[in-house]
Amino acid sequence: MIKIVKRDQPSRAIFFLTPILAIFLTLVAGGLIFYIIGFKPFEALKFFFIVPIADMYGFSELLLKATPLCLIAIGLSFCFKSNNWNIGAEGQLTFGAIVSGGVALIFYEQEGFYILPIVILAGAIGGMLYASIPAILKTYFNTNEILVSLMLVYVSKLILDYLVVGPWSNPEGFNFPETRQFSDSARLPILFDGLRIHAGIFLALAAVVASWFIFYKTYLGFQMKVSGFSLKTAKYAGYKGKKMIILVFLISGACAGLAGVGEITGPIGQLHREVSPDYGFTAIIVAFLGRLHPIGIIFASLIVAITYLGAETAQIFMQIPKYTGQVFQGMILFFLLASDYLLFFKIKFTGLKK
Amino acid sequence: MIIDIHFIGLIITSIMASAVPLILASCGELITERSGVLNLGVEGMMIIGAISGFAFMTVTGSLFIAVIGAMLAGVLISTIFAFLTQTLITNHVATGLALTIFGIGISAMIGKNFVGIPGKEFPVLFESLKDTIPFLSPILFGHSIVFYFAFALPFFTNYFLKKTKIGLIVRAVGDSPESASNQGINVKLVRYSCILYGGAMCGLAGAYLSMIYTPQWIENMTGGRGWIALALVVFSTWNPIKILIGAMIFGGLTIIQFHMQAMGVRVPVQFLTALPYIVTIIVLVVISRDSRKIRLSTPSSLGKSFYKDN
Repeated sequence: MIKIVKRDQPSRAIFFLTPILAIFLTLVAGGLIFYIIGFKPFEALKFFFIVPIADMYGFSELLLKATPLCLIAIGLSFCFKSNNWNIGAEGQLTFGAIVSGGVALIFYEQEGFYILPIVILAGAIGGMLYASIPAILKTYFNTNEILVSLMLVYVSKLILDYLVVGPWSNPEGFNFPETRQFSDSARLPILFDGLRIHAGIFLALAAVVASWFIFYKTYLGFQMKVSGFSLKTAKYAGYKGKKMIILVFLISGACAGLAGVGEITGPIGQLHREVSPDYGFTAIIVAFLGRLHPIGIIFASLIVAITYLGAETAQIFMQIPKYTGQVFQGMILFFLLASDYLLFFKIKFTGLKK
Repeated sequence: MIIDIHFIGLIITSIMASAVPLILASCGELITERSGVLNLGVEGMMIIGAISGFAFMTVTGSLFIAVIGAMLAGVLISTIFAFLTQTLITNHVATGLALTIFGIGISAMIGKNFVGIPGKEFPVLFESLKDTIPFLSPILFGHSIVFYFAFALPFFTNYFLKKTKIGLIVRAVGDSPESASNQGINVKLVRYSCILYGGAMCGLAGAYLSMIYTPQWIENMTGGRGWIALALVVFSTWNPIKILIGAMIFGGLTIIQFHMQAMGVRVPVQFLTALPYIVTIIVLVVISRDSRKIRLSTPSSLGKSFYKDN
C-alpha cells in the first residue's frame, strides 16, 4: 500500500532536487507530445535540446538568450520572495527599451564614452518608472498588482508600436517599423568577433552577485523573507510594508529595464516592433525553476534559454512549430509545481496490509 | 449630424456581441473564485477553447460537436489546474500562469494546420423578425444561441449562488473551507467542480470568438480578453449581474475604437487599442480603493490552498 504522510518540515534536499525532477519529467512529456504529433521522440528532443548548442555559435546564442532571462528573473525573485506578484516584467522590459532607445536616439551619430552609461541608466529608470505604477497602485489604492502589471504589458507594446511606426521611425527607412541605428557609443560591445554575445551578460552577472548579497547579507533581505513567509509576522515586527513593496517593484523593474537595454543596444542596435520574444513572461518560470535563488536562477535561465533555441532549430530542421518552446516552458512550471508536493509530503510504501 | 436610431441599435448590437466572450469567461471564473480558487489561466483556457472549437468544426463539420468539443477541451485543460492546485496543493497564481503559457503554446501548435481556413456560418435565431421594430429588433433578434445564453448566464449564475443549496455550498466553501469541511462538505470535490465549470465556460467563450465573432483561427486571437475577464470579476465585486454591466462597458470600448478609426478621428490607432487596458486599470483602482468593500465581497479564502489531514 502507498501511504502519504505530511512532513514536519519541508525537506531541504528535495527543495533543490525537484527542479531536476521537473526537467526530466518535462523531457519525457515533451517526447510524448512529439510522438503524438508524428515525430521520432528522441530525434526531436535531440534537435530541440542538443543540436542548437553543439557549436560555439550556438553556445553564444544560448548565453545571449539566457542573459535577459537571468536578469529579469533575478529582479522578479525580489518580488516573489516578498509575496508581490509582478507578472508584468515584459512591460517593464519594453518600457525600459523605449526610454533607453529614446536616449540613444538623442545621441544619434555622436560618439563619447559617457553615452553608453547614460543609455543603460535610462533603461533601468524606464523599467523602474513602469514598475512603480502597479507598486503605487497596490500600496496606496489597494489595487491587484497582477492585473495592473499585466494590462501594462499590452499598453507598453502599443506605445512601442506607435513610436517605431510614427514619430521615431527611421526617416530613411522606407517605412519599416524601426528606428535609426544607434551610434556605436550607445551600444553594448560585442564580446567576440562573429558571435552575438554582448557585454549585457556582465549586467546579468552583476545582478546575480548584488541580489545574493542583498538576500543573504542585509536586513532588507531578511525583511523580505519574513514578509514572504507571513505578512502578519512582518507587520508585527514593525516592517514598513509599503516601502518594501515599492522597493522590490523598483528593483525588479530596473532589472527588466536593463534586459530591455541589452535587447536593443546589443547586436540589433535599434528599436523595432518585437523587442522581446516574451522574455518577461518566461522569466517568471526561470525565477521559480531557480528556486528564487541567484545561483539557481543562473542554471534555470540557461535551461529555459534552450527552449527558445530548440524551438527555432526544430522549426527549421523538422518543421515543428516554434510554439513548442512555450509548451515546454508551461510544462516545466507545471511539473515543478507538482513535484513540490514531495517537499511537504512523504510517500511511504508500507507493503500490503489487510 | 443626424443620428439614425437604427444605426444606434446596430452599434449597441455590436457592443453586445463583443461583450459575449467576456460575460461567458467572467461568469465561469466567478464561480471558480466564489469557491475560493483563483485561476489565472482564463486566457489559456479561452485560447484552447478557440482552437478546439474551430478544429472540431473543420474536422467533423458539425457546429454542435464543435461547441461541445470546445467546452470539453476547456474542462480538460482546467483539470490539470484542478489536479495541481487541489490534489497537489500548488500555488494558485503560479499554476494559473503556467496554464496560460501552456495553453497559448498548445493552441498555436494545434492551430498550425488551421490557419487560413475559412470558418462556417453559424445559424442565428429569429432572423425573420430582424426588421420588424426599428431600434429594438436588431438588438433582440438574429443572434446565435451562444449570444442569448451569454446574456442569460449572469442571471442564472446569480440565482444559482443566492437561491440554490449548491450555490450556498459553493459560497460556504469559498468563505470558510474549514467550517464547510466540518459540516461534512467535501471541499475538494466542490472546488474541483467549480474549476471544471470555469474551464467549460472559458472554452465556450473561446469557441464564440473563433466560430461566431470572427469565424477563423488566428494565433493568439483572444488577445488579452481572458485577463480583462479576470479584471471584470474584481470589477463586479463577485456579483454576476455587475459582470453584465462591466462587459458592456468593455465591449463598448472595443467597438467605439473601430468606429472612431472609421470616422477618421485623429488619434493614433495604438492609443485606441490600448484604451480597454488603460480603462481596466483605472476601473480597478476606483473599485479597489475602498478596501473595506473589497474585503467584504471577496471570497475570504480566495487563492488560499486548503489541506485536510485524513
